[in-house]
Amino acid sequence: MAHDLPVELNDAVAVLGSFPVLAGATLTVERGEIVLLRGPNGAGKTTLLRLCAGLLELQRGTGHVLGIDLARDRWAVRQRVGLLGHANGLYPDLTVTENVRFWGRTVGASPSEIAAALSRMGLDGRLADVPVARLSAGQRRRTALASLVARRAELWLLDEPHAGLDAVGRDELDDVLRSAARAGATIMVASHELERAGHLATRQVEVVAGQVRELGGGS
Amino acid sequence: MNDSNRSLASFASTWSTARSMLGKDLLIERRGRVLTNQVLPFALIVMVMFAFALDSDAVLERVAPGLVWLATLFSTLFIIARSFAVETADGALDQLRTTGAPPAGIFLGKALALMIQLLALVVVLIVAAVVLYRADLSWEGGVLLVTTALAATSGLAAVGTLYGGLSAGAKGRETLLPLLVLPVVAPVLIGATRATESAFGTNGIAVGEGWPWLGLLAVFAVMFSVTGAIAFGSLLDD
Repeated sequence: MAHDLPVELNDAVAVLGSFPVLAGATLTVERGEIVLLRGPNGAGKTTLLRLCAGLLELQRGTGHVLGIDLARDRWAVRQRVGLLGHANGLYPDLTVTENVRFWGRTVGASPSEIAAALSRMGLDGRLADVPVARLSAGQRRRTALASLVARRAELWLLDEPHAGLDAVGRDELDDVLRSAARAGATIMVASHELERAGHLATRQVEVVAGQVRELGGGS
Repeated sequence: MNDSNRSLASFASTWSTARSMLGKDLLIERRGRVLTNQVLPFALIVMVMFAFALDSDAVLERVAPGLVWLATLFSTLFIIARSFAVETADGALDQLRTTGAPPAGIFLGKALALMIQLLALVVVLIVAAVVLYRADLSWEGGVLLVTTALAATSGLAAVGTLYGGLSAGAKGRETLLPLLVLPVVAPVLIGATRATESAFGTNGIAVGEGWPWLGLLAVFAVMFSVTGAIAFGSLLDD
């Protein structure tokens, strides 16, 4: 059976230590979708993202990410997804360009691909040579997302991406995510900011007690 | 793709990651100047304090090689801590895991960056030992000293990267790191000190007596480099 969708989980179980955090989660995500994961703290949203990123072992059930079997080759999954948690994964002493270049090179991106990633995120102008330590929270977030683009991430897994951003930064982020989805990226966003993320999402699901419930389209 | 092509591709990917990590770590050091502004002065202060505490030219001349390597060991802890602090400060270590970059490449890149910084430190400390403790150095001794410095810093860098990665996400990593690293690098301290004594001709020891100790350092460096390259992926995942 072909597994062509970006995410196909069927009755997936994942544990942290001995505690089952995902208890039979079933979810499919289509290419180009922006899926909002809702749910209370500890429901399993972050675990779901980490499982899709190939960072957690699938204990039971089946899971395919970008057509790759999670039970067989989590390493190959990691090379094609980008996970952005509360931290940005940047080096404050390095400039915007140096950060994006470094992350691009980890997957063998060419200089033109790195330049394109910077340009797509609007970071090729005066910000290009500014050390990340001197950027605003929103600009750092944009730099982190540019790194995902440079890494050619096909599936973006974002955990509370709006946290710590002011209104302008949040608007900028939403624009970036919409444009990334239009360009073919598939995006899963775990967020408590339901109104904002709901407007952004094309579909919403709720994660409760380690299971996934369909809620329909974005608000 | 046949097996030999696959191995070649895997080697190329590992080497490319290593080069990337090496360049990034050295660039961060060049920007932050922690080695030159903090670690080096600390190591020199340690050397001077030893000179004050021992207060005897004869004793200092005898123990100079050991003091060089003790000061190097203490400074190594700071450099390792710094090397992994930049990875954990904004979650870069987590990002490294998600890139799927070869862990052996990450390990080798970080270890090489650590080794280059340690080498710079050792050169300054040896010069300081020659000046402060009036240690003598012949041409033949110089060759032994250079190779000893290369082998010892590779061993320290490999162990430092391995245990730095292990303790990076742990609670109380500042105190855990010395507890893990210092006992393991005891053979480096002993071997490098003995080889340096031979290089300096301390207590009339001939330069030739230092080469077997260099062998020990080389075996240590190879052992921990191979172990680190193999085990680093599991360490990152845990």
